[in-house]
Amino acid sequence: MMSAYIDFIRIRFLMMLAYRVNYYSGIVIYAINIGAYYFLWQAVYGDKQELNGFTVAQMTTYIAVSWMARAFYFNNLDREIANEIRDGSVAIQLIRPYSYLAVKMMQGFGEGIFRLLLFMVPGMVIACLLFPVSLPTDPAVWGIYLVMLLFAFLINTQINMLTGLFAFFVENNEGMMRMKRVIVDLFSGVVVPIAFFPGWLSETMKWLPFQAITYLPSSFFTGRTPLSDAWGVLGLQIVWFAVLLVPIGMTWRAARMRLFVQGG
Amino acid sequence: MSELAIDVRDLRKQFKVQNNRAGLGGALRDLFKREYREVAAVKDITFQIPHGEICGYIGENGAGKSTTIKMLTGILVPTSGVLRVNGYVPYKEREKFVKEIGVVFGQRSQLWWDIGVIESFQLLRKVYRVPETDFRRRLDELVERLQLSELLSRPVRKLSLGQRMRCELVASLLHNPSILFLDEPTIGLDIIVKTEIREFLKEMNREHGTTILLTTHDLQDIEALCSRVIMLDDGRIIYDGGLEELKTRWSKGREIKFQFGAAVGLDRLRSMTDGLGVTWSMDNEMASSMWLPHSVNVSDALARVVGSSVDIRDIKINETNTDEIVREIYQSGSAEAKSAAAAALEPDSAAKAQEQSQAQEERKETARP
Repeated sequence: MMSAYIDFIRIRFLMMLAYRVNYYSGIVIYAINIGAYYFLWQAVYGDKQELNGFTVAQMTTYIAVSWMARAFYFNNLDREIANEIRDGSVAIQLIRPYSYLAVKMMQGFGEGIFRLLLFMVPGMVIACLLFPVSLPTDPAVWGIYLVMLLFAFLINTQINMLTGLFAFFVENNEGMMRMKRVIVDLFSGVVVPIAFFPGWLSETMKWLPFQAITYLPSSFFTGRTPLSDAWGVLGLQIVWFAVLLVPIGMTWRAARMRLFVQGG
Repeated sequence: MSELAIDVRDLRKQFKVQNNRAGLGGALRDLFKREYREVAAVKDITFQIPHGEICGYIGENGAGKSTTIKMLTGILVPTSGVLRVNGYVPYKEREKFVKEIGVVFGQRSQLWWDIGVIESFQLLRKVYRVPETDFRRRLDELVERLQLSELLSRPVRKLSLGQRMRCELVASLLHNPSILFLDEPTIGLDIIVKTEIREFLKEMNREHGTTILLTTHDLQDIEALCSRVIMLDDGRIIYDGGLEELKTRWSKGREIKFQFGAAVGLDRLRSMTDGLGVTWSMDNEMASSMWLPHSVNVSDALARVVGSSVDIRDIKINETNTDEIVREIYQSGSAEAKSAAAAALEPDSAAKAQEQSQAQEERKETARP
């Protein structure tokens, strides 16, 4: 069975590879985004060397790393799931002896590996050439960051699944999916680091899973969170991964009960 | 394994359908408080299918066929009733249960669109955990039987419908299921592929004892394959039995066409068969048709005409074919036809049938799911 799941990763990866041209433009878009935020923050900082504990150099690295991490963990599983529910092809998935959501997760992972190798890595090289990004030199930081990145992917994908599954309950969850995208980008700290949020909001963020997607891993990678605190961050990610399994399981069970296969 | 392949008792499925109120005011009210109404797609049906049987499941569009199949395959959860397939309750033990069944939906592909046919099969082998040697042997057999060898390396999206359908059949049989569910397997196929698929299914059933339940709109599928037919209308079973019985029960009579050597008037023909209860109609001046109900013996009617020294060139007896019979049942939807059928099924429940037909009248007011 495991080999079947690995096959789903492989097939999705190869499929993405076949459409790789679509992603070349994506690298440019991400470079422009990084550039825009870089110049914006330059203006915000002005003469100051530090704001909310971020030095200018740390901020630059934070922006580049966060956007490139997003290039890896981002996927459209919410839309895929919603479409399969809406056009009824989820029925085909249910006649197979596997877990639909696990297969979706594997397909997302296949896409993730593709994005990592053909999107994030070249994008990062370009960002380093264009902007004064300073990357850590300690291999331990790199290793731990890769694990954090994996959990960032898992947590983001879980949130996507939860959003996608809502298509079972509402006729059109398009609006919900758009809202989710904006919320994840804002609350995970891609657009603005959580340290810059007003007190009450950054306090609230500590109790939500979004910070585990970008803010905490990027803070660690830019050196704001010391190596000794890495286990705390990883622990938090693992806890959120486990906690999110509960609503997904519950939604799936409820959805099965009221599944209405569209179109006959 | 239990004796029965499929055991269904009082199976019911209701859907909640949102009521959209009319007009702007209605839309505004819908925004705050949705109104739902329950629509029953399958209404307390009961049937049993033993292992090794090929059973046809027919009915109009929207009669509830697909909903039943989806409950039997574990996709939908029934609202109420008892349901056991292969000894499993499908929706409860889904992952274990589906390993022993095969499903083909004529209108949906279960192959992966972007990869080659053989890759799809390989992936299914892993999903169903079929041992490599079993898989090879089965694949070779199926590929040879359905002549797929030159299609194996093509991507699924480049197959024609007929080719794809044959591949779908292979995909549903690779794990050697004991029950095969086919939801309109021959839809949109040409006559050659249809015949091929029918032959293949018959052989599968004979050699492997595969139980087959198929829904179709093509009654030739039923005639070629099924020893038994279950007919569904508006969520209820209106017939369950052999195809021949269906024909005799529902067909009202036969038609005999005469080709004469010289013009014969209708009056003369009518006088020949006076008192028999047959009716005549004229096709042209040299040809007439006699319609006789089942109560009249063909030999009696023929003897009258043949014995009366008219010059007969040709005689043709037309049995009403299944298509016509079924069309009539679908169309009539009339109380008499249905209560007659219900009464025929359960001889002593005429009252119940009456009640049922009244209920049907009422239901016509409401839209179907």
